[in-house]
Amino acid sequence: MTLAELNLALPEIFVLSAACVVMLADLFISDERRGLTHLLAVLTLVFASILTLRVMLPPGEVLHAFSGTFVRDRFGDVLKVFSYLTLAAVFVYAKHYLRRFGLFKGEFYTLSLFALLGIMVMISSASMITVYLGLELLALSTYALVALDRDSRFGSEAAMKYFILGSLASGLLLYGMSLIYGATGSLELAVISQSLAAGVGDSMLLTFGLVFVVTGIAFKLGAVPFHMWVPDVYHGAPLAITLFIASVPKLAGLALAIRLLDNGLIGLHQDWQGMLVVLAALSLVLGNLLAIAQDNIKRMLAYSTIAHMGFMLLGILAGTPEGYAAAMFYAIAYAIMSAGAFAVVILVSSGDREADRLDDYKGLARRNPWHAFLMLMILFSLAGIPVFLGFFAKWQVIAASLQAGFVGLSVLAVLSAVVGAYYYLRIVKLMYFDAPEDSAPIPAPVDFRAMLSINGLAVLALGVFSGGLISLCVSAFA
Amino acid sequence: MTEWPLLSLLVWLPIAGAVALVALGERQPALVRPLALMSTLLALVLSLVLWAGFDAGTAAMQFEERVVWIAAFDVHYHLGIDGLSLPLILLTALIGVLVVIGGWTISDRPHLYLAAFLVLQGLMTGMFAALDALLFYVFFEAMLVPMFLIIGIWGGPNRIYATIKFFLFTFFGSVFMLIALIWMYLQGSSFAILDLHQLPLALPAQIWIFLAFLIAFAVKVPMWPVHTWLPDAHVEAPTGGSVVLAAIMLKIGGYGLVRLALPIVPDAAAALDWLVIGLSLVAIAYIGFVALAQSDMKKLIAYSSISHMGFVTLGLFLAFAILRNTGEVTGAGLGISGAMVQMISHGFISGAMFLAVGVLYDRVHSREIADYGGVANTMPWFAVFAVLFFMANSGLPGTSGFVGEFMVILAAFHANPWFAFVAGTTLLLGAAYSLWLVKRVFYGEVANSAVAGLKDLTRREWIMMVSLALMVLAVGVWPWPLIHMMEASIQNLVEHIVTSKLPG
Repeated sequence: MTLAELNLALPEIFVLSAACVVMLADLFISDERRGLTHLLAVLTLVFASILTLRVMLPPGEVLHAFSGTFVRDRFGDVLKVFSYLTLAAVFVYAKHYLRRFGLFKGEFYTLSLFALLGIMVMISSASMITVYLGLELLALSTYALVALDRDSRFGSEAAMKYFILGSLASGLLLYGMSLIYGATGSLELAVISQSLAAGVGDSMLLTFGLVFVVTGIAFKLGAVPFHMWVPDVYHGAPLAITLFIASVPKLAGLALAIRLLDNGLIGLHQDWQGMLVVLAALSLVLGNLLAIAQDNIKRMLAYSTIAHMGFMLLGILAGTPEGYAAAMFYAIAYAIMSAGAFAVVILVSSGDREADRLDDYKGLARRNPWHAFLMLMILFSLAGIPVFLGFFAKWQVIAASLQAGFVGLSVLAVLSAVVGAYYYLRIVKLMYFDAPEDSAPIPAPVDFRAMLSINGLAVLALGVFSGGLISLCVSAFA
Repeated sequence: MTEWPLLSLLVWLPIAGAVALVALGERQPALVRPLALMSTLLALVLSLVLWAGFDAGTAAMQFEERVVWIAAFDVHYHLGIDGLSLPLILLTALIGVLVVIGGWTISDRPHLYLAAFLVLQGLMTGMFAALDALLFYVFFEAMLVPMFLIIGIWGGPNRIYATIKFFLFTFFGSVFMLIALIWMYLQGSSFAILDLHQLPLALPAQIWIFLAFLIAFAVKVPMWPVHTWLPDAHVEAPTGGSVVLAAIMLKIGGYGLVRLALPIVPDAAAALDWLVIGLSLVAIAYIGFVALAQSDMKKLIAYSSISHMGFVTLGLFLAFAILRNTGEVTGAGLGISGAMVQMISHGFISGAMFLAVGVLYDRVHSREIADYGGVANTMPWFAVFAVLFFMANSGLPGTSGFVGEFMVILAAFHANPWFAFVAGTTLLLGAAYSLWLVKRVFYGEVANSAVAGLKDLTRREWIMMVSLALMVLAVGVWPWPLIHMMEASIQNLVEHIVTSKLPG
């Protein structure tokens, strides 16, 4: 372990130390001054961004460290920066919610930062052990976050479900990894890749292991048929936590898939492509169809996540740099849109309960015209209507899957997008076409409003000027 | 003189106006309407400048603007016009002004209403000028959003059903086009429409691509049997929405066929022309009968629109039948010219008819034919204009409605006299439903107290009626400028579609 190696992992080291500092400092911060913890956490993200951007690697350069367990490349750097940005937005949105519902505690920030560390480790993993470490750190922090409101029955139930199913998935993934280790004799992804290329390993054993690995990934992404936990956890968790789960970890899910399937198991592309096709097709169809039937917006957005993960899989399954770039764009776009959508849900939760019923959105355009307009853009973006961000994400993954020769799957994907448009339009309808039950404008703190405006306008601006973000994603796989 | 980016101005000026309206709206309600009118008038002036600088002698693209948009996929912000797009851009600019004047009396959030129309106008202009397939698609889809809101917020009692149906129908159609466009990009590594025109494609691929285009544009035109969203949308939309829908948005389907489907997949279009001709004839004849049975004025005009748009698709695809039967290039050009003239003419006439219904609706708040009778007694001037427009709709010589229909029927004779026979029924049916409506609404005794209390046109309504009447008569009496504008481009199109694009 040299200093240069430590330098590569500087962002991770910093986030780890900062998370500990936040945890300790929070003990000495009184309830009235809890804003300080918030500030510390946001500052952590700012500095982490600076540390990562300071040595942003040029396209194509890959640096390994710690005996081949850690990797630093452009893909990871870009993804980490977007993780910080999204988490910063989540912090700003969550503060408003946590204050209102009496959950404004230091634990939220500590656990979120540890979850972020897990995400960063996953993103930078070059070995199956590192993947697993990062994944578990993220998962354990998230389980605890879901139970943040310990007096809520729904929260505890959701946390328990999430914990049991998540542990099962981790177990499956670990089992798959052990089989692949058995077949190739290495945990290092690069070595596994070389072994596969050289034809080392029993193909039966490898395929068997691959099935478990893909299952684990599908579980973490929430792809059908491993999606059962998604609606329940989204629904049961406090809104601020749902906001977190629905945004930042999606970037980790992408990294998980690309590190394992591409960096390690690209030699088995033929095999995992077929599995991803089935997962994608099922997620697209079921996610969108089930979302229509929901009258709870958290559940609806949960099913919509499932469908969106199906779209992201379209990019991954191509197994080409273009496909990965498209999937990466999709994950980033989805994190931005999803954070914005849940922020509006937090905004509307002005009463003594979360505004999770669709009817709560009636007449929002008359109460808060600007926020309704932002939500309108986010919803049309989620539906994949140009000129918003979501369209350019969908367009690229469809191009990737067409390029891989899956015309039928692409047609299925766009048709499911049409089905999906219906339930997004339904919220637009409630906001714009229905009269409000209570016409008073909904108040929100200024930082919340500013962040929501930036978030909503980003959905428009990153769509109109999508060339830059697309180039960035393409350069990550150059 | 340095070149002004005229097309970009035409696209973005109304959108900038819309942003200003939304920003100002709440604080300065008095400024909203003048500002909207200014934006559209400025756009109209710019479009006239465009016309003045347009060289009708060439089929090449003019006023081109080209900037890299998405480098990774070689997508360009590429605008340009030829004789096929210029008339539609002029039409859009003119209708834009009329819609703002027509929306003067909207009282519910007028700044948002007018802003939505301005955005819509910019997007439609952009679509007519787009020379990059992805840019075309972006404009094509994005215009759903303002229209969805216009119908949904300011529409009639059943507006929500109508607007969601409108949105999903169009969205459903267009996603197939997206797949086709991306597929062609993967073949030719270019989204430039002019490159796609030259891309060689085998017949099976062409057939699939053609069907994708056909679904997208048939919904928009709309062709029978995917027309069912139109009567709903028209009936529920506010007057301005109906006008834009009928006058411009329906033309997008026809324009898409001319700009993309015919030149990109000519062999498939030739192989499947029977399909489109058949559907068009069904629309012309059958929907004509359906129009006859309507009791709601807007619904009647909506069905009449479908029937008249049947002439557009018929004219476009007759070209292939004529080329196959006789090899006459002029005959083929006649069908396409007729279709284009019909599009412009229908833009004026249907817009005018919807405005006329709007005039009545503003006063009586009913669209039912049965609620009227003897309107000519109380609103004589209005009756003059309305009768002119409905006459034009039935194809009266001397009005624009006659020119397009006549050209298409003439072309139909070259292809197959039976086509001409079926298409000719519209002369009968169109006259029947148009004039019967005129008789029931305008003539006879004053039917009820509401009609008895009607006031004749206001100055604002005079402006709208007179300008459209002038256009209808001008194109009817002297269609040469319009035909001349398109001649070279149509000639070029015909020469292009007779050349097979099959590889080898």
